[in-house]
Amino acid sequence: MEFKHRHLLGIEPLSRDDLHIILNLADSFKEISRRRIKKVPTLRGRTVVNLFMEPSTRTRVSFEIAQKRLSADSTNISVAASSVVKGETLLDTATNLEAMNPDIIVIRHKAAGSPHFLAREVNASIVNAGDGFHEHPTQALLDCLTIKDHKSDFEGLKVAIVGDIAHSRVAHSNIMALSKLGSEVRVAGPATMLQPGLDELGAKVFTDVEAAIEGVDVVMALRIQQERLGGDSLFANTREYARKYGLNRERIELIHPEGLVMHPGPINRGVEITPDVADGKRSVILEQVANGVAIRMAVLYLMAGGSPDDIANQK
Amino acid sequence: MDILIKNGRIIDPSRNMDEKGHVLISNGKIKECGKEAKLPTQTSDIRVIDGEGKLVLPGLIDMHTHLREPGEEYKEDIASGSAAASAGGFTTICCMPNTNPANDCRAVTRLILEKAKESGLCRVLPIGAMTKERKGESLAEMGEMVESGCVAFSDDGDCVSNSGLMRRVLEYAKTFGVPAIQHCEDKKISRDAPMHEGVLSTRAGLASQPSVAETSMLYRDLELVRLTGARYHAAHISCAESVELIRRAKSQGLPVTAEVTINHLTYTDAVCMDYDTNTKVNPPFRTKADRAALRDGLKDGTIDALVTDHAPHTSIEKALEYDYASFGIIGLETIVPMGLALVEEGIIELKRLVEALTTAPAKVLSIDGGTLAVGAPADVVVIDKNAKWTVDETTLRSKSSNTPLLGKEVQGRVTATVYNGSLVHSV
Repeated sequence: MEFKHRHLLGIEPLSRDDLHIILNLADSFKEISRRRIKKVPTLRGRTVVNLFMEPSTRTRVSFEIAQKRLSADSTNISVAASSVVKGETLLDTATNLEAMNPDIIVIRHKAAGSPHFLAREVNASIVNAGDGFHEHPTQALLDCLTIKDHKSDFEGLKVAIVGDIAHSRVAHSNIMALSKLGSEVRVAGPATMLQPGLDELGAKVFTDVEAAIEGVDVVMALRIQQERLGGDSLFANTREYARKYGLNRERIELIHPEGLVMHPGPINRGVEITPDVADGKRSVILEQVANGVAIRMAVLYLMAGGSPDDIANQK
Repeated sequence: MDILIKNGRIIDPSRNMDEKGHVLISNGKIKECGKEAKLPTQTSDIRVIDGEGKLVLPGLIDMHTHLREPGEEYKEDIASGSAAASAGGFTTICCMPNTNPANDCRAVTRLILEKAKESGLCRVLPIGAMTKERKGESLAEMGEMVESGCVAFSDDGDCVSNSGLMRRVLEYAKTFGVPAIQHCEDKKISRDAPMHEGVLSTRAGLASQPSVAETSMLYRDLELVRLTGARYHAAHISCAESVELIRRAKSQGLPVTAEVTINHLTYTDAVCMDYDTNTKVNPPFRTKADRAALRDGLKDGTIDALVTDHAPHTSIEKALEYDYASFGIIGLETIVPMGLALVEEGIIELKRLVEALTTAPAKVLSIDGGTLAVGAPADVVVIDKNAKWTVDETTLRSKSSNTPLLGKEVQGRVTATVYNGSLVHSV
């Protein structure tokens, strides 16, 4: 098997085989994180820059841990510490980084297409760690890995994503990843949170959350991201949202008896999900976080030019 | 010096002419034109241009250009914009008032006209602001601006959202006999979104604006036209619904006209998918169905004029994230090859293309030009429709190069432009 992409800009450019390569590779990498000495020399001498132009804790830390476990030299640039506050453009920031010859740049940015812009301008491999409302490919991959841990096959699975689909890069990447893997993806939310074209992306669109989640194998709740709405009004208030769309004990009984509850975090407890559901027996939310490290190790390994077969042969 | 353009294919929509012949220019006027043209016996004092195999047209008129002066001369100024215009085949351009300061009083209007006269490469007709400082709060000094040379009024990119004020704008402009031009956009709906709302904006993950941001304002304005009887021109309409609204208004006899940009006739939202900021424009490129409706509208005359909406920006505004880049594409120097490409594809007839760039805008604005009639001011353009050239910083006269065609080879080139009897451009 061969992985031909120099950059990970999104799920959209990837084939089903590409997705399986990453998932299988991540499976192999999981074991490293369970060792007492959690480090392999695979990316020794490689330089990775984590360019986070938007606040992030979970994703940034996950990438950082993945880099350390693969022995890459990494450095972090976050928005508060960067030259951006001094008025430097993204292009200048990137070309200055490029002058120091990094192998990989991991970028998070609130403007969609920023990773694509960088990929045209610099030689380093670009990994998209979330761009605007566009994509968050490593999140979708870790979600798929978590599903794979529990379900034998993606084919025929029903997965429901509930919340502000329009402003969720996680939803967009998951719709594409799960559709490519053969699952049925449903999205649910008030019409204010469902933009046109979702059906053409391959999702079944619901405004009735109960109808959407009935019998599904997986339900994902999305965080209400008030800070990204720029004053747009998409729902009356969090109280009504919780009542109409929140995952609570009664509602969760509608999903398949062996169904999983997922959330990309951070959670607004009591808004999109009640604490008992978030912490309940169906919840795999913390497994998602653990899998994030393995997925990012796999992605970094491939970006550094590693062959999927080498890791498979080592086993 | 007199000029003789020999043996060209002359297309003059004002006289329904499409024939091989000669154009003789003397004392700034058209002296002879057509297959019957009498050639002078002595040509030693005459500049002779070989028109064999070339198109000879009335000088083109662009009723929607941004020259950036005063205020943003690093992007374009009246001299560089005029040079771009004459290189692109235009002998008349109308500049929008979104300068700094805005062209909202006769002092700015006079400055523009003075600068244009200095460069002398084409006729620059200013479009004044409808409201003071283009703020949409109170009427601008339209009376004095018309006296000084403004041919129409518009707040350009800032649609007048206050309906009561828009009514007064129409009435006031009517008083001075000029049309009001509106960029129809409800900013509460469009929210400055960079892309048309649809499946492609969902795939690109970009904020998006639906067509109703345009049509809701257009509908309102058409009803205000019905109320006031004022002349109204819809700038750069971009969607099928707008074409339909204009068609209906015209059939009801309202004094309404409309324009479309060459870019909206050429591109759809698919061109935005690579996040090339040279595709970011407002209104955004819409769907194939919208583009088809715009093409039909131009063909059947529902849309009167074809324009560039030449909007120069430098890398400072464009080498950015898509969300943060400025809206706008240049067009003065590319409209000829782009228009001829549409003719080549069979999308529009050559005669209608020429009309939409000459007599049609002249009629919308009640200005002279756009004709090769004997005695008319000699504005003539000669085009080699087979010549190929590459669009880049070295070939463009504009100070800016923000176009999706950057680096691409195009076919069709202006080889000579005569403005007011003088040869101002030739290659």
